[in-house]
Amino acid sequence: MNLNLEKINGCTVLFIKEERIDAHNSGELKEAVLHLIEQGEVNIIVQLERVRFIDSSGLGALLSGYKNAAAKSGKLALANMQQQVLSMFELTRLNRVFDIYADLNEAFDSET
Amino acid sequence: MCNSIIQVEVIIPTQTKYLDLIGSIGEHIAKELDEFSGDREALAYHLNLVLTEATVNAIKHGILTNPEDTVRITIHIQENELNIKVYDHGQGFDLESVPIPDFEHPKEGGMGIFFIRTLMDSVTYTRQGDCNVLEIIKYLS
Repeated sequence: MNLNLEKINGCTVLFIKEERIDAHNSGELKEAVLHLIEQGEVNIIVQLERVRFIDSSGLGALLSGYKNAAAKSGKLALANMQQQVLSMFELTRLNRVFDIYADLNEAFDSET
Repeated sequence: MCNSIIQVEVIIPTQTKYLDLIGSIGEHIAKELDEFSGDREALAYHLNLVLTEATVNAIKHGILTNPEDTVRITIHIQENELNIKVYDHGQGFDLESVPIPDFEHPKEGGMGIFFIRTLMDSVTYTRQGDCNVLEIIKYLS
């Protein structure tokens, strides 16, 4: 999976450079987030601007990251979500679990 | 009303790298339904998702019994009915016993069947000869 990691305004931002998160690559996403958390990066913003499709395994990978970050008193938030992707969070009520921001600036304002 | 007839049959190895191909076929079909009056973008996403989830399901079941197995997917549209069948050669499962996800205590798995049930109009899983068939119907009118 094509991922970019950047430190911006003191936040760890994980850019997902894929149009599709499904059962083929969601395992890699889950492992990458888990690795970050194990390295002590427990406050993560996942930037999803490029992502136009997510399936149940992709939602599961992000939920895993959320739970692992929370277990270490951190937080995994989401930003720049496309409408169709957001609708999957709404359908599963996961929009009530994650903090979802319109863009990174809104995420930084809220997180700092 | 959609009067045109479309029939597609695809056979893939039990490998998740083909999910994009299968999902994309669903998405393209949704965009070809000239007379569909609903939200075409939403239908395209939903068909992509449902085909992806159903195919993952069949891959997981098939691969347990034979790693060299294949999954067959058929899509048939006639008049206002879109019919998807996904065939696996696994041991099968009881569709009726798959629970609705616990939204108050969300878990990482178990949302695939929920998506299919929620977004489509009819879902059945039956044994036919040496195959299991997940049959999904969506009415387009």
